[in-house]
Amino acid sequence: MSPVRAARHSLTLARRNLTKFRHTPDQLLDVLLMPVTFVLMFVFLFGNAVSGDWRTYLQFVIPGIAVQALMFATLGTAVSLNTDLRTGIFDRFRSLPVARSAPLVGHILGDALKYVLSIALVFGFGAVLGFRPHGGPQALLAALGLLLAFAFAMCWIATLIGVVARTAEVVQALSLVLIFPFTFGSNVFVPTGKLPGWLQAWVRVNPVTQVSDAVRAFVLDRPAGDSVTWCLLWTVAIIVVFAPLAVLAYRRR
Amino acid sequence: MTAFVECEGLVKRYGRTTALAGVDLAVPRGTVSGLLGPNGAGKTTVVRILATLLDPDAGAARVGGFSVTEDPERVRGLIGLTGQFAAVDEALTGFENLVLVGRLLELPRRLARARASELVDRFGLTEAAGRLVKTYSGGMRRRLDVAASLVAAPAVLFLDEPTTGLDPRSRGEVWDLVRSLVREGTTVLLTTQYLEEVDQLANGIVVLDEGRVVRTGTPAQLKAAVGGQTLHVRPADHDRLAEVRRIVVAAVRGNLHEQDSPDETSVSVALPPGGSAGAVLAEIGTRLGGAGIEVAELGVRLASLDEVFLALTGQGA
Repeated sequence: MSPVRAARHSLTLARRNLTKFRHTPDQLLDVLLMPVTFVLMFVFLFGNAVSGDWRTYLQFVIPGIAVQALMFATLGTAVSLNTDLRTGIFDRFRSLPVARSAPLVGHILGDALKYVLSIALVFGFGAVLGFRPHGGPQALLAALGLLLAFAFAMCWIATLIGVVARTAEVVQALSLVLIFPFTFGSNVFVPTGKLPGWLQAWVRVNPVTQVSDAVRAFVLDRPAGDSVTWCLLWTVAIIVVFAPLAVLAYRRR
Repeated sequence: MTAFVECEGLVKRYGRTTALAGVDLAVPRGTVSGLLGPNGAGKTTVVRILATLLDPDAGAARVGGFSVTEDPERVRGLIGLTGQFAAVDEALTGFENLVLVGRLLELPRRLARARASELVDRFGLTEAAGRLVKTYSGGMRRRLDVAASLVAAPAVLFLDEPTTGLDPRSRGEVWDLVRSLVREGTTVLLTTQYLEEVDQLANGIVVLDEGRVVRTGTPAQLKAAVGGQTLHVRPADHDRLAEVRRIVVAAVRGNLHEQDSPDETSVSVALPPGGSAGAVLAEIGTRLGGAGIEVAELGVRLASLDEVFLALTGQGA
């Protein structure tokens, strides 16, 4: 199976997800509401405590909340994939001369719309509250690219969970157990320097920290340090490890 | 090689359970074979292996000469699969489901749409084509499922219990469909729990029980082996049952033993294979009429799967 054909199959299956959003737009509701809730909750709950006033905190926290919103959106991908797998439709795909990876890649690409929407909402709603990016349009695009690339990587972990888990409840439980230490054990909400020493050690290696720092650097036009390199390394590493695992688990299912 | 679909010594185990314990099967090109057996006999496992969805633990399976384990891509290009549970996307319309399959088969968009329209018309789904599948009835869903497996015009069609859960009219429609596909040269392997279904459709029958083949043959051979048809009479007036019994025994000329009728409101007797059921029915009808007995039910039916298994294995299905 040539990569070109595999890509064509994946795109065809991605379109299937988009068509479904068109028929039943209410399945986008969680993706639309979650970013708004996150922004409101964290800015007004922690803003004054962490940064002295919530407006300063808003500048700091919005890029991180974008990463967090993506992490939670991958949960939706895992659940819907798991549900799909338990209907007969995947048997149909697998009995056709279609690339083995296409149903998985198609599912992820089809959900890309959700990811773009949640990023746009976090930044859009942040802007309504007074968030102002300092980088130019190119920097914004670069930040968007980093976020989507990282989301694509996280999707493979979500896909593995979605394929391996027997029920949607197991998917939820496993995903949340992963999402919480990664999003809250990062510098998304509190700058690394304000955390206890032992926690800093974890926060520094956490990919969510690296992605948040890289996005902050682009969006707020601040020095990036080596966060962009780390962000890309993590993205590639996660894909290299988890994409083959997910496809293997899917084949054996 | 004469068989278009064949299995040799297929074995499949799930942990300690043996789903298939060495199954041989051969379906000649352009014919229908029926895989008959109760739930859990291994019918679906055979189909899933042949459809490249499952690897066997031992044995070989070939479709069109290609091994399902070594050349699955080629096999997938030859087959269509209709599963026991309708493999269509409920959140899409019927038409979109068919176009999706066409696009996956790399038909250009225009051709995929044309093929979808053609199938929608052929399957009587024209009215419903634009509706989401979740609004479909069971019969419509099954027809769409079969339609989806025909988008590629496959040389071999696997139908896994295609009529389970369907009302009699939808069942008849599926049967007509299978007949017309076979006329066009398609090779069909279908699984079923109904003897009547293989009798109606199949050229060859393989009876499976607990992962083993317990009998192969033609429908006629199978019916001969299991005692064929049962005659069934239920008088409208329960008090005249004894009279009915006398008439029935006389009409079949005492060469049959009377079966127990479970509800004590009707008379059932097994007819011998090869006998003329029509003549016996006509004679009984005349005699009942002559005696002035109103009949609530009078008919001949095929042995049930239970009776087949009783005859073949000594135990019910």
